[in-house]
Amino acid sequence: MNNLITEENKIIIKYNVEMDDFSKVGEASSKIKKILRQLNIDNKVIRRVAIAAYEAEVNVAIHSFGGFIEVVVIENEISIKVKDNGPGIEDTELAMEKGYSTASKKAIELGFGAGMGLPNMRRCSDVFEIESKFGEYTELNMKFELC
Amino acid sequence: MEKYWHSVTLEPDYCNGCTHCLDGCPTEAIRIINGKAKIIDERCIDCGECLKVCPFHAKGALSDGLEELKKYKYNVALPAISLYGQFPVTFDLNKVLNTFIHLGFDDVYDVGYAAEILSEYQKETIKDKDNQNTLHISTYCPAITRLIQIRYPSLIDNIVKLESPMEVAARLARKNAIEKTNLKSEEIGIFYISQCPAKITSAKVPIGIEKSFVDGSLAIDKLYSKILKLYDEIEPDRNLLKSSSKGYNWGRVGGQSFSMGIDNYIAVDGIDEVIRVLDEIELGKLSKLNFFEGYACVGGCVGGPLNVENAFIAKNRIRKLSQLAKESNNIDLDDYQKEILEWNKEIIPSDVMKLDNNFSEALKKLAEIERVFQKLPKINCGACGAPTCHAFAEDIVKGITTIEECVVLKSKMKGGNNESC
Repeated sequence: MNNLITEENKIIIKYNVEMDDFSKVGEASSKIKKILRQLNIDNKVIRRVAIAAYEAEVNVAIHSFGGFIEVVVIENEISIKVKDNGPGIEDTELAMEKGYSTASKKAIELGFGAGMGLPNMRRCSDVFEIESKFGEYTELNMKFELC
Repeated sequence: MEKYWHSVTLEPDYCNGCTHCLDGCPTEAIRIINGKAKIIDERCIDCGECLKVCPFHAKGALSDGLEELKKYKYNVALPAISLYGQFPVTFDLNKVLNTFIHLGFDDVYDVGYAAEILSEYQKETIKDKDNQNTLHISTYCPAITRLIQIRYPSLIDNIVKLESPMEVAARLARKNAIEKTNLKSEEIGIFYISQCPAKITSAKVPIGIEKSFVDGSLAIDKLYSKILKLYDEIEPDRNLLKSSSKGYNWGRVGGQSFSMGIDNYIAVDGIDEVIRVLDEIELGKLSKLNFFEGYACVGGCVGGPLNVENAFIAKNRIRKLSQLAKESNNIDLDDYQKEILEWNKEIIPSDVMKLDNNFSEALKKLAEIERVFQKLPKINCGACGAPTCHAFAEDIVKGITTIEECVVLKSKMKGGNNESC
């Protein structure tokens, strides 16, 4: 299920991502990409947002019990919120290190889980925040400036 | 020069308004209006997918006829490399090229030779220190370059801004002809013998350069039977064939990378597969690769819709020819100026996908599209004339069509009325 909500000068795109569902990974980012193109957003920013959204989709599918991605576009900013239903990250600092991975064998066989997801998201976004309660949830908040 | 000109064209008398072409178009550039297919100029990339799928042969490719040669005092033919795959390998290809002299041309320039020059130059460009860690995208297939302009503008920077073998051949052929005849440039006609509409279009409205050195294009399939007849009648008295293994290979998918002798590449054929891979490239997933060659047609240029032979057979022949041919012509790049090998005009991203320049206006339209889309049956039947229900919703909001065109909604409404009666 996905939702597209438009309010006065604001658009919200919400995607649910299911646990272990690799077949749908990429759908959210490609839909987001199309919408941003229609809104005439700078192509370089679109690419950064698409990469971050894609990495988020992969992460939720691989590591969590499922969750959602919410993209909010206003005139001068795009923000992405990613929240899952656990299991949470024990050490977020370690998780942010390039190449650190706890991915399952199944995910690695499919070419995912190289430990670059979170560093990639940080690299692509202008603001990157991660918050996690071990055993409960992980929440990411990213912002992309539009000028 | 007109902003849009397309070789891909429609013969309304043959079109019966079926939806085959709608489905296959990679840029949603076709609508059926009043029972006839219509191509949206700013979206068409001349890939020829519609040409291939049309069961009524209502789609064609505009090309020139041999009568065009009369406009010039001296004419040179540039046969596409894929022409070499149109004959059994036992054929004498030099004799094939000689048939063009009997068709009315004064000279023939082997495009495979120009391809070899480009193989060497492209290899140098890619191996350049500053470029080593970038994924370079080939522009050989003009349909793919136009696809990138429309659907992947963020990848424009990855494009190798080099001329095509056709264009390099045209420049060298024109230079040779002027030296040989002392005629003025405008008295010389350079004609490409084309395998596809995308090449014909790029000779008329090129990307990356102001004006093409090609004066016109003839389609391989329209000359084929003439070539075969002449082949039996003539004696080849001129030495026209220059292609080496490196040149022949440009006729098939993977051939560019082979000719450059590089290893870290990916070669993709067929427009749908190219789209899938470009999606991944845009997400940065193939950043460790050095070179991408993509072709709209299955098999590469041998799959071009204006060829005669089955793409797989032609591809096999190209492979055999490259095995039998000399390895190279030992090209010295110092003999060729950079200016004839490189593009000098910026590639502008297309903005046909945007709804409005103004953010809040675009947002309003987006909301309206979503509202309309939710009402539609979402079965993408194409009966309204748009390729998908979503494209139909976009067209309604753009004011191109009305929701009454949806036959599914209409029949439901009728059903509802009957019940109420």
